[in-house]
Amino acid sequence: MLRQVASRGLAVLRGAAASQRTCTSRVSSSSPSDLLEQTRRLGALSREYSTALNLHRNTGDNNPEVPFEFTQANLERVKEVLSHYPKNYKQSGIIPLLDLAQQQNGGWLSISSMNKIAEIVGVAPIRVYEVATFYSMFNREKVGTYHVMVCGTTPCMLRGSRDIEAALLKHLGVDRNEVTTDGKFSVGEMECMGSCVNAPMIVVADYSNGVEGFTYNYFEDLTPESVVEIVEAYRRGEKPKHGTQNPERLNCGPAGGLTTLLGEPKAPPCRDLSAC
Amino acid sequence: MAPRCRRYPLPLPRSSTGSGSRRFISSPVDSSVAAGSGVAGAKGSTSKALNSGVAWYAGIRGKLYERKYGSDFYKWGSGASLGGVRHARVASMPAVGAKFDAKPEDCIEVSVDGKDVTVAKGMTVLQACEVAGVDIPRFCYHPRLSIAGNCRMCLVEVEKTPKPVASCAMPALPGMKIKTTTPLVKKAREGVMEFLLINHPLDCPICDQGGECDLQDQSMVYGSDRGRFIEAKRSVTDKNLGPLVKTVMTRCIQCTRCVRFASEIAGVQDLGVLGRGGAEEIGTYVEKLMVSELSGNVIDICPVGALTSKPSAFTVRSWELKSTESVDVSDAIGANIRVDSRGPEVMRVIPRLNEEVNEEWISDKARFAYDGLKRQRLNEPLIRREGQLEPISWPQALKTVAEAALKVNPDEMAAIAGKLSDAESMMALKDFMNRLGCERLWVEGNSEDTVADLRSNYLVNSTIAGLENTDACLLVGTELRIEAPLLNHRLRKAVRNSRAKVGVIGPETELHLKAEHLGNSTDILASIAEGKHPFAQTLSSAKFPTIIVGSGVLQRSDKEAVLAAVQTIAHKANVIREDWNGYNFLLLNAAQAAGLDLGFVPGSRAPVGDKKSIKFLYLLGADDLTPEDIPADAFVVYQGHHGDRSAYRADVILPGVAYTEKEGTYENTEGRTQQTSPAVPTVGDARDDWKIIRALSEIAGVKLPYDTLNGVRARMLAVAPNLFRVDELEPATPLPKESLPETKGKLDSSPFKRAVENFYMTDPISRASKTMAQCTAAYGRS
Repeated sequence: MLRQVASRGLAVLRGAAASQRTCTSRVSSSSPSDLLEQTRRLGALSREYSTALNLHRNTGDNNPEVPFEFTQANLERVKEVLSHYPKNYKQSGIIPLLDLAQQQNGGWLSISSMNKIAEIVGVAPIRVYEVATFYSMFNREKVGTYHVMVCGTTPCMLRGSRDIEAALLKHLGVDRNEVTTDGKFSVGEMECMGSCVNAPMIVVADYSNGVEGFTYNYFEDLTPESVVEIVEAYRRGEKPKHGTQNPERLNCGPAGGLTTLLGEPKAPPCRDLSAC
Repeated sequence: MAPRCRRYPLPLPRSSTGSGSRRFISSPVDSSVAAGSGVAGAKGSTSKALNSGVAWYAGIRGKLYERKYGSDFYKWGSGASLGGVRHARVASMPAVGAKFDAKPEDCIEVSVDGKDVTVAKGMTVLQACEVAGVDIPRFCYHPRLSIAGNCRMCLVEVEKTPKPVASCAMPALPGMKIKTTTPLVKKAREGVMEFLLINHPLDCPICDQGGECDLQDQSMVYGSDRGRFIEAKRSVTDKNLGPLVKTVMTRCIQCTRCVRFASEIAGVQDLGVLGRGGAEEIGTYVEKLMVSELSGNVIDICPVGALTSKPSAFTVRSWELKSTESVDVSDAIGANIRVDSRGPEVMRVIPRLNEEVNEEWISDKARFAYDGLKRQRLNEPLIRREGQLEPISWPQALKTVAEAALKVNPDEMAAIAGKLSDAESMMALKDFMNRLGCERLWVEGNSEDTVADLRSNYLVNSTIAGLENTDACLLVGTELRIEAPLLNHRLRKAVRNSRAKVGVIGPETELHLKAEHLGNSTDILASIAEGKHPFAQTLSSAKFPTIIVGSGVLQRSDKEAVLAAVQTIAHKANVIREDWNGYNFLLLNAAQAAGLDLGFVPGSRAPVGDKKSIKFLYLLGADDLTPEDIPADAFVVYQGHHGDRSAYRADVILPGVAYTEKEGTYENTEGRTQQTSPAVPTVGDARDDWKIIRALSEIAGVKLPYDTLNGVRARMLAVAPNLFRVDELEPATPLPKESLPETKGKLDSSPFKRAVENFYMTDPISRASKTMAQCTAAYGRS
């Protein structure tokens, strides 16, 4: 019953919320003032979507008039990418080319860069926009030089990824998907990146040195303190040690040494081949 | 707990098999074959029936037919009762959708709901069900588009498969046991429907699709009376697709029909699927209008109310409309249309199925120019007194015209039939003028000295549908996309399906198909004729070569030389053979072909050229003359339905009727005779065009010998018998090879000009249309 009242209230307020593209808005309180408060927070909720708006609006630094060209070195890479595919299936190279353009462009894809790729692979621009909007690793708005992505999927969440994110946002003084005023950092959300063993984890995409110096490193076994240290190390221009931050753990092995498989493993049962 | 997801029960789509179904659209041969195969299939025919290689029609219906023939979605639940309904409909329905010429060895047997049916190899499970007479609900599947398989509504059960199968995307295999009425199928479809309705707004009462909506109809069977989804629904930003298509993107169910239509049929790669998951939406990403002459068709293929007609937004409900089957006159293709009217007003125009002419598409001009029928109409006879037009009674108007005509020497008379004239009024006008002794007649679009001796010289001989078979096509002096969007679509099909090579001589235009622009000069034409140009080789090595000449060349001073060069090319490249005639002359206007067949051309005694000698000019809705062309002392009669350009110069105006108000015969550019039917009453004191001329002839003392429409048609039968055989294509005898024309005059080096300056405004109706004016402003020349 509570949920019913709440969602009815929300339906009334949906007009305001609609523009925020809210989908998840389960509300747990029933009093009208609480409802209003919840609704005010819908703006924050809308950022739970990792994808941005699915349409492009021209801005000063992102419009088709702003030129985009691959650098000479990257043109070689373009050639290399296209060499993987048959000549009549050049569009297969859209994803690697978008990735390349994103790295060259400081972490995001401008409309001109997508148009350029469409031109290179010989398809209509919309076919490139479709791909770029589908994958959440393609940023269509500016991100920081170091784009920090926090895993928010269940194992990491159970191991405290929300605290990690809160610590990051508080330390950097930004909201999710917002860039710090110095342009150095931005925090986004990602779904499972496969490091559940060492949860919670983040990824830092480092766009400070273009395509050559691009790194995309995992930092695992984090605490709200260690994640701030990692960010600070990046700010100082260092390259913090990636992988697990737990000194007791080797890669994704158990912390504090092995707890199983201690002896020599038994050989698999095998037929006596020589007997044949 | 109050039901949250209440569906609004709206009236069922009208079952309109009776109304306006004067005749059916495809030729009798076709529909009988379709009926035969459909019925045979449903009764569980074996390959016996196929021994002669019967053409198989899957009988797949798009939305059009559901609208047209009423919906039997309501019977899907029970399934078994479909047989009778289906038979009745197939027997009277034209063949639709996939067509297979299957030999017995190319057929397989499957069982649908325990009934064995024989289908062609390669057919999908859904098509097999259609053959068996079982309707499968669907949203994304459309017989003319590629298969997407993403709506999941068409789930069926196939024995020995672990899960329900999307029937539209699954090929039918020998021995397959398909079940469509099991509880599993019902449950699966109900699940799909529940998901589709999660984000679909319940705004049917304010939705223009209400009453003819696939989702609404199918939810009556598979929808629940309440939903379990209690979260807020998503909303999607509306897109601006131009002045014709209104978008309410929140209603979109992502079937991607419009995306596939745009890229596969219209050839504009503007629409796409953006985002993913719950945020997925259809859009253009950047601000972009959909620039295509066929864009209005996305309204028809959209299964929900996401894409609706902008001009008719909030004006009609589908069940209020009276439907009249008619023919479009905005170009020479003669697309089959259905005019939907309410009272005296045409509310919308939508396509009718005719595989031979327009399939199920129509151009935007055909669809949206109807609002021009309500503006600038002439509703009473007018006469010019002291420079001003004043109302006058019919008898006085006719008397004035008759007196003026009789005062003038026959050599100083002329009559021009306008673009939209029907054959009956042209017949009457020709007889009337001839009786007065005048032979100076022509139809707009033809030149003043057109010869109508050889019918194959002015028709699209490959036929419109036949153009799909071509593998090399030369376009001469035509902008096909603008002059005939539906013919361009056929050529595009040929390019897409069989990689036909297209060469263009003429103004450079984007055709939305892969074409090579050879240049815009007659030199290229001459060099192809001499065999020097590489395209000559392309043409002569082609199996089914075609040439399309635009009738814009008729306006050139060197038209005879141009046509002679084209015919030389045609003969050299073997374009005209016994089994294939690829010589096509594309007409621009609806009246042209019938006019030429009736001999509405200058007679041998008629003076040609100088218009200054004209003292009495009869304009039957002809508006292309500039005021300078008409001598100042000429007496001008304007008979037409719109106060368009020439009406301003007229001395007497006789109000006629528009194509939606009369029963008129038209012949399209391939020589197919078709008729319009009156959908709405005439305006004011206007009269049928042939009747006006008949009355005038009596007052002028040269009474025409017919008093009824059938009388005029009997006269037409004597002059051009093919105009009497409605809905039939009368092919022209191919030009014999030895009759190569003597080249009169030399090729002029001037480039080919555009025949149509603005696609959206070509005739009195579209020039009066606000929608067409908006299109002109939005798309420019496009």
